[in-house]
Amino acid sequence: MRALSIQNLTKIYANGAEALKGIDFNVEAGDFYALLGPNGAGKTTAIGIMTSLVNKTSGTVKIFGHDIDTDLESAKACIGLVPQELNMNLFDSVLNVVVNQAGYYGIDRRTALQRAEKYLSELRLWDRKDDSVRNLSGGMKRRLMIARALIHEPKLLILDEPTAGVDIEIRRSMWDFLRRTNEAGTTIILTTHYLEEAENLCRHVAIIDEGRIIEDAKMSTVLRKLQREIFVLSLRDPLTEAPILPGFETSLRNDGELEVVLDAKVDLNSLFDVLTRAGISVVSLRNKANRLEELFMGLVEGKHQVSGGQGG
Amino acid sequence: MDIRVNWIGFKTLVRKEILRVVRIWVQTIVPPAITMTLYFIIFGNLIGRRIGMMDGFDYMQYIAPGLIMMSVITNSYGNVVSSFFGAKFGKHVEEMIVSPMSNATIIIGHVAGGVMRGLMVGGLVTIIALGFTNLHVAHPLITFSMVILASTVFALLGFVNAVFAKKFDDISIIPTFVLTPLTYLGGVFYSISLLPEFWQKVSLGNPILYMVNAFRYGILGVSDISIGWAYLIVAVFVAGLFALNLMLLNRGVGIRE
Repeated sequence: MRALSIQNLTKIYANGAEALKGIDFNVEAGDFYALLGPNGAGKTTAIGIMTSLVNKTSGTVKIFGHDIDTDLESAKACIGLVPQELNMNLFDSVLNVVVNQAGYYGIDRRTALQRAEKYLSELRLWDRKDDSVRNLSGGMKRRLMIARALIHEPKLLILDEPTAGVDIEIRRSMWDFLRRTNEAGTTIILTTHYLEEAENLCRHVAIIDEGRIIEDAKMSTVLRKLQREIFVLSLRDPLTEAPILPGFETSLRNDGELEVVLDAKVDLNSLFDVLTRAGISVVSLRNKANRLEELFMGLVEGKHQVSGGQGG
Repeated sequence: MDIRVNWIGFKTLVRKEILRVVRIWVQTIVPPAITMTLYFIIFGNLIGRRIGMMDGFDYMQYIAPGLIMMSVITNSYGNVVSSFFGAKFGKHVEEMIVSPMSNATIIIGHVAGGVMRGLMVGGLVTIIALGFTNLHVAHPLITFSMVILASTVFALLGFVNAVFAKKFDDISIIPTFVLTPLTYLGGVFYSISLLPEFWQKVSLGNPILYMVNAFRYGILGVSDISIGWAYLIVAVFVAGLFALNLMLLNRGVGIRE
């Protein structure tokens, strides 16, 4: 069963801007799907069309088989949306925000109150249920938008940059919550600028750029396309110049750490063998950039760090 | 259309609107009560004593129905325009737009909220009026039905204003430059029989005249116009404005890109 099916979707705004140039992608039920792209790529427009906040120019969108042109109300009932920008009445109480939203989805007040306690507790907001939204911190407001999106227990949860601006501790607790939600059967579509987030959570990724899908595949397949990775090594004895390591490209950073470019076909053991022979002792090692980030930059900047890749 | 979803959605909207009115009662209930008290003191009591009788009633009694109706329609209008535009401005209109609740329910829910506020304020103004004069309701059914219909018309007009408004200035332009003049010229303070014939005919183009007079007929039993015409005109306005609002929401005017 497909949770989402998009075919030849286009959007031209009144000012002539062509936000979507005929995109196609499908999300299977139960998937955790990342929709990535630089600012202005068309992610939020695509989500806006799925959730009927934006009118499409042409194309087809089906949510769990319900076409938004012919069966919009059934399609809407399947979706929970966590938008990029805050869209709550700041003067309402936390409890009212979620209970009212439940009412708009036809959930009776008693059930809504039970679910509100469940989701607000899980998102650590129950003790703030009587507070005005305006008195919550930024992270709390974001968690409240997730609780609000889940109150009608949607089959498809769409999150548009849900962790933007929240600290790492809250971000990780939100990741755990989203993982549990997905494991419980909810299909999730996530857009984020934290590519580490997408790599950690999602099993499928589509990359959109300038209104076109330029990559659409399983996360593991996409990551395998990386031809090289850059590692940063902290050394026990700082060097004054970059060493010459046969088969590896190296450079010395200002802070004395050593950067080594590793081809995808070469394993880390080979690097350590060469380092050992050169008498260089390594204290710690980390990726210079998140792996997905490297791939993403390669794709959207057209640097062709990956092989293949014009998926759809 | 899922009737259960829309019925619960409607109840949720009405409950939310009533809570909003009650929560900010200093802004929603108190000002019209003070304004109308001043009208009764100045126009009804001080000036009214010098005016004498109008259509067989003392002036205070004559203007009371008009003032009640004026408070009902301005508050019905004001509630919907401020609530829906506030939801647009704060973007929480999206909570309703993404839901499976129909656009008709969104309109009816807001209009019902506006009517509820109109009735709350109208009830309060009636109590204030009874402190100044005696009112005997001649035709209760006409009184009640006309107040509901007139309130609905202006709640629907408030919705149209909110849909087109892009900034807070836009929600005060119509009340200031259209609603208030039409209300003052709609026979609240005088019988149009006092006007020259030409201006009597011009006044017949003012829909508020029909509402005020039908309401006055319900309470006092006197009217400048035909009650049948008043019902017809108000019904046409209700149907026309509802259809207009539905078309605007279906097209996403002022809401969707």
